[in-house]
Amino acid sequence: MTMSVGRSFSALLGSCPLPWSRYEHIVLGHGSGGQLTAELIERLFLPELANPLLAAQEDQANLAWPGGLSGAARLAFSTDAYVVRPPFFPGGDIGSLAVHGTVNDLAVGGARPLYLSAAFILEEGLLLADLQRIVASMGRACAACGVTLVAADTKVVDRGKGDQVYITTSGIGLIPDGLNLSIHKAQPGDKLLVSGTLGDHGVAILSVREGLEFEAALDSDSAPLHDLTRVMLEACPTIRCMRDPTRGGLASALNELALASHVGIQIRERTLPVRPAVRAACEMLGLDVLHVASEGKLMAVVPPAEADRLLDVMRCHPLGRESAVIGEVVAEHPGTVVMESLAGGKRIVARLSGEQLPRIC
Amino acid sequence: MKYIAEYRQASLVERLVELIRAEATQSWTVMEVCGGQTHAIVRYGLDHLLPEGIELVHGPGCPVCVTPLETLDRAHAIAALPNVTFCSFGDMLRVPGSRTDLLQLKARGADVRIIYSPLDAVKLAAAQPDREVVLFAIGFETTAPTSALAIQLAQRGGLRNFSALVSHVLVPPAMTAILESPDNRVQGFLGPGHVCTVMGYTEYEAIAKRFQTPIVITGFEPVDLLEGLLCLVRQLESRRAEVENQYRRAVQREGNPRARQLVETVFEACDRAWRGVGTIPRSGLRLRESYAELDAERRFKVERMASSEPAVCISGSVLRGQRKPCECPAFGRECTPETPLGATMVSSEGACAAYYAYRREGQTTLGQAFRA
Amino acid sequence: MCLGIPGKVVATYSENDVLMGKVDFGGVLQKVCLEYVPQVQAGEYVIVHVGFALNIVDEAEAQRVFDYLRQMDQLDELGAPPP
Repeated sequence: MTMSVGRSFSALLGSCPLPWSRYEHIVLGHGSGGQLTAELIERLFLPELANPLLAAQEDQANLAWPGGLSGAARLAFSTDAYVVRPPFFPGGDIGSLAVHGTVNDLAVGGARPLYLSAAFILEEGLLLADLQRIVASMGRACAACGVTLVAADTKVVDRGKGDQVYITTSGIGLIPDGLNLSIHKAQPGDKLLVSGTLGDHGVAILSVREGLEFEAALDSDSAPLHDLTRVMLEACPTIRCMRDPTRGGLASALNELALASHVGIQIRERTLPVRPAVRAACEMLGLDVLHVASEGKLMAVVPPAEADRLLDVMRCHPLGRESAVIGEVVAEHPGTVVMESLAGGKRIVARLSGEQLPRIC
Repeated sequence: MKYIAEYRQASLVERLVELIRAEATQSWTVMEVCGGQTHAIVRYGLDHLLPEGIELVHGPGCPVCVTPLETLDRAHAIAALPNVTFCSFGDMLRVPGSRTDLLQLKARGADVRIIYSPLDAVKLAAAQPDREVVLFAIGFETTAPTSALAIQLAQRGGLRNFSALVSHVLVPPAMTAILESPDNRVQGFLGPGHVCTVMGYTEYEAIAKRFQTPIVITGFEPVDLLEGLLCLVRQLESRRAEVENQYRRAVQREGNPRARQLVETVFEACDRAWRGVGTIPRSGLRLRESYAELDAERRFKVERMASSEPAVCISGSVLRGQRKPCECPAFGRECTPETPLGATMVSSEGACAAYYAYRREGQTTLGQAFRA
Repeated sequence: MCLGIPGKVVATYSENDVLMGKVDFGGVLQKVCLEYVPQVQAGEYVIVHVGFALNIVDEAEAQRVFDYLRQMDQLDELGAPPP
């Protein structure tokens, strides 16, 4: 049998052929946390919504309150949407993820998280029992974090128009007087630390989606970091900034830091903590672990004299046992992140390009 | 991971670099054939560890990069059909055709699936008898046996809704074309490790002899690449031109006879256009007549499309080892992985993509970082 | 040029008359087609490309580069030139 393809093809191209060097539609890569996401924010969102707080692109907005707030300098406010598929995965679910994620965005800014709101978009056909499990999980997560969910909304969309459930959470916290963490503050000489193994969450999700089986269960590392950040800041108030390397992985966080602070960054591949099974999964799927999301880890930038002490403090905390110093901030090659590879030669660590398509051939 | 981690040890890499340094008495230009080898060299910064005189030029061994434009345009046209489920390896999704790419077609509603194995396409065909399932069968000799088995299984299973768009390519004719070119600078080759796992390396003996060029069949890890390079340098220094096997843990001289046999049964050699390089005689594989019914090229008639490449793209010279990605005026500017002008920027094993990911704008900004 | 990863065969079985195996890649388990290495035994390592085992890893050969380099170090200590 033969088929004519002319008409369908033109229909899919649209009435005029796309200049194929530019996108007219959102593609999956726009959501990957890498280069395309950055461009979408910079070229589409910021120009329309221009204001210095948004433009700073911190993980949370650090707000002055008219009339001031007693006992605290500033309010922290953040929002995040959760569209993870599948909604239930090894080590967590979309509910607890939505709580931890926003708590962490506040925590890495030095804030004590206090209140959350949640908006649910539910797909027609979602099992009520599944929704129950998700919401119960959120309840437990909030209690464990000491935050209160004070406002919520639900909407339902037609079957096929939503991936079972999407959750958007917003959060408010308080930043103590005197703390002013920012990704614009890194200086040459500063040390870079991470609080534990990288890429666990992304690989746990991919493993379910791609049907990867593991010898020993590989769980997402989704966890709230507010207690870890509290002890870190108490021990070391001179921390310049912290970030949680979620979508786009550590590579995105490092590049954002290098660009915002106009500094270079040098890291060493052999110091990066990675679980062997995560390493193996990345190898097999042709993924760079630096581009894979973590959901219960943070990166911290600290003056060199404080690094060893901070490392000890982190390692004493249950969520920081595998903390490591992975590199430093340098004056050379500002805006660029360079890694010394396992074999000794050097390479650049760039942000993820497009969607992370598994390498095959 | 066993058989991987050991081959990345910095101490061994250092040792091999020392040996190369000690034994190379003059400048040599060598080519690593496979995209996977290029990727490893750039990712681990191996070429920067070598003495100044040893130049590594990148070869055309990236099947995604060399898939002809006409084939891509045909693939896109087929994928656009409403009753087609188009199955492709992930790498091909962003490769630009004359007007679009598979990812953009997917964004606009085409049923494009990423597969890890050609067997996934066969399973899809069995599960969806009312859909036309098309396997985009690209790759070198390494992948040909996997397509061959998938196609044979589909035929045996009576899956009338399965077909394959075949665009396999062969390495030896490409190496010959490079060596025959009047402006060839390549004096030795790091040969394709996984291709030879399937094919063995007897075909390379004739090439080495005819062109008096040494060829060392090499693996993909830093220790493999440097050991292969050491063997090559030794041959060059002593004016030998033989085929050696560095990748002995995975390659035997006769390759995998079973795999070769099935490839012979399903495919036959044909002329093939290599994107950016031109037509190389007998350098491709196509389905034999006995499998004509499963040939997507025959099943889906496509209007002649005007295929056109952007003038500024230098993919061709990059694939032939004549220029480096950073020498391209569009590199990192108009041409990025998000907005690629050529396949070498899109394929994860394309030289331009590797430079973009691991090197960026030329060597000057990085010079100080890498020598630091 | 094609991603070929070594993994250990932990089990073999037949699926729709096709020889398949369960292969362990450093902790990740995958189904792999073993039609091209029908003689493989559990415990052996194979090179896998797009879900197919293409060859069995020769473990003795795998060891050789390390022995060779170790030899080089010993020769160095003795002050002998490389062979």
